[in-house]
Amino acid sequence: MTSPQSPASGRYPAGSAAFPHRDLTGLAGLAPWEILFLLDEAEQWVALNRQPQKRSERLAGLTIINAFFENSTRTLLSFEIAGKRLGADVVNMQAAQSSVKKGETLIDTAMTLNAMHADAMVIRHQSSGAVRLIAEKVDCPVLNAGDGQHEHPTQGLLDALTIRHAKGDFGGLRVTICGDILHSRVARSNIHCLTTLGAEVRVCAPPSLMPAEIEALKVTPFHDFDAALKGADVVMMLRLQQERMSGQFIPSPREYRHLYGLTLDRLAKAKPDALVMHPGPMNRGVEIDSNVADLPGRSAITTQVEMGVAIRMACLDVLTRRSRGVEGWA
Amino acid sequence: MKDLAPLAILNGRIVLPEGEPARGGLRCEGDRIVAVGPDVAAQEGDRVVDARGALIAPGLVDLGVFAIDKPAFHFGGITRAALMPDQGTVLDKPAAVRFAAQSGKPDLWVHPLAAATKGLEGTELAELALMRDAGARAVATGRRWIGDSGAMHRLLSYGAMLDLVVVTHAEDGGLAGQAVATAGEMATRLGLPAAPAQAEALAVARDLMLAELTGARLHFRQVTTAAALDLVRSAKARGLAVTAGVTPAHFMLSDVALGDFRTFNRLSPPLRSEADRRAVRAALADGTIDVIASGHDPRGPEDKRLPFTDAEPGMAGAETLLPLTLGLVRDGVIDTARAFRLLAANPAALLGVRAGTLAVGAEADVALIDPDRPWVVDSDKMAAAAGNTPFDKQGVEGRVLRLFKGGQEVG
Repeated sequence: MTSPQSPASGRYPAGSAAFPHRDLTGLAGLAPWEILFLLDEAEQWVALNRQPQKRSERLAGLTIINAFFENSTRTLLSFEIAGKRLGADVVNMQAAQSSVKKGETLIDTAMTLNAMHADAMVIRHQSSGAVRLIAEKVDCPVLNAGDGQHEHPTQGLLDALTIRHAKGDFGGLRVTICGDILHSRVARSNIHCLTTLGAEVRVCAPPSLMPAEIEALKVTPFHDFDAALKGADVVMMLRLQQERMSGQFIPSPREYRHLYGLTLDRLAKAKPDALVMHPGPMNRGVEIDSNVADLPGRSAITTQVEMGVAIRMACLDVLTRRSRGVEGWA
Repeated sequence: MKDLAPLAILNGRIVLPEGEPARGGLRCEGDRIVAVGPDVAAQEGDRVVDARGALIAPGLVDLGVFAIDKPAFHFGGITRAALMPDQGTVLDKPAAVRFAAQSGKPDLWVHPLAAATKGLEGTELAELALMRDAGARAVATGRRWIGDSGAMHRLLSYGAMLDLVVVTHAEDGGLAGQAVATAGEMATRLGLPAAPAQAEALAVARDLMLAELTGARLHFRQVTTAAALDLVRSAKARGLAVTAGVTPAHFMLSDVALGDFRTFNRLSPPLRSEADRRAVRAALADGTIDVIASGHDPRGPEDKRLPFTDAEPGMAGAETLLPLTLGLVRDGVIDTARAFRLLAANPAALLGVRAGTLAVGAEADVALIDPDRPWVVDSDKMAAAAGNTPFDKQGVEGRVLRLFKGGQEVG
């Protein structure tokens, strides 16, 4: 995989006009240059993270609170590492150990965190729209780390960065997203991100896992995975939640694999150099076979994790520029 | 209560059962209207009210509210409210019904709707005859549809025998599931659990079949989709004793209003597509819809300041019921006479109460209304127990100037 060029000047306005938002609650409605700005900003952190000495002091003295109302391992870890590599003091709050269990309302919890003078909050919640609700009530920038079935913007960005590292430009690129589109915030953020950047996006799912009027999001829906794969430059598989595997939405995991599992044979229907992606954690042998997930030169699954840290560093840096008084942002 | 002098309201425009309002006035003795028309004059000793050209209209009869909220009702010109059985103590026992029936007097009459089934569980019939005799004016399934067709069949047969209207909620429970929105672009964008709009037509179709089978009088509290309205329209053409209601939310708003996850727009049934919103307006115009109600359900921040899916449904609708309905008159959808049939005469007839019209012998529930007076809805300054209105900061026209319940001025 090749590294892209350094940020092209003139792609976006100078200073805070490049990203004029206080929060990052979703990718819907962002301008192409706003997304490209964040991707370009992440490149320096990709480079830094590959050094033995990975520490920047850019956010030294700042406090970042990761408030995760829904269980998470990898996303929380990724945000924690991102904050620490930028020199910030990072505090994690997980629902299991919080007063949420004692009946405190979400807003009260948010106001409590706000009173502790966080410089940024990273929030994950099981309800769509919950992060925006919190953002309306607190004084610091808020980063959405996944809200219900709505959006997971840093996942969309890290996937775009991964694709850019492998494929260069987005124009004319055909991306096939397959899996539980209905319940997936990853799918929504990727759809918004990739269509905004000019890629052709196909979504593939059984009817029970396909949301109504998805065409309105400028994607083409498929039920036939083989047809959806034809000519694809990127194949993005989504995790199938265990509780949806039997009965309610699909008959069984093995039937799901029969129709929608990414096998080597199926992958051959995509372009010969098609990139394989998965946001993790994978159900090996269900939505993706092990020999595909581990395919050298084709699977970008570990690259996605790497890009995740860099993207989150970029987002934390950009969103705190106003409060840090960075020139052009204050 | 001491006897008051007779009341004469003069020099107004009287809302008639048909046609445009006509100049005139009315006289009340005791709690009854004794004269109405262009030539009514005050008699010696009358309390005289000069309407100064305002509309003289029947007090509104609000069919299906979830809370007794007098300040909001009086602000909105509502003199009678049919209370849904979904209360802290479910209205499924005669004692609860009797208590509720007395709870508003003297300046608001509460007509309890008896819970159709015990605990509103949708399985065992409640004591409908005992509750009728305790003051229940109709029977209601509550916030939910009765999923068990056998139970609904038994309910409708029993309701038919007692000649009680059965008020039902039209949403197929299986299809609706945990949905908080109508399936479509907006729900897909927001990632909200959604059900197809057809959940309503499915429920309506089944209940119409059972009503036809049993001869029951059936009232759908809210019909909000084109497909379900078509079913009601054709059932009426067949002569079924079926009626339909709606709240202003569904003729004013579509699901586009869910953007930004505004929980004040979380309603049950959920807001529909723009095409369905237009179908509701058409059904108001052609007579398919019989009742406009407020669905008044004041909800504080503990129920509404939550993520959209976790928030409770419902809106504080009593104060905006009249002006938003008068908006339909202004838009040429209905005329003034029909507006007050939808707001008063029809719901009164469904409940079997002698009110809702300005007829001689009817209860003297009278509102003086300036239909053109502009005001701005403000969620922070509402008379209601809570300010959960979808119409916050919206300009409306039409305001109650004075209100009389049984010939006595309110407030």
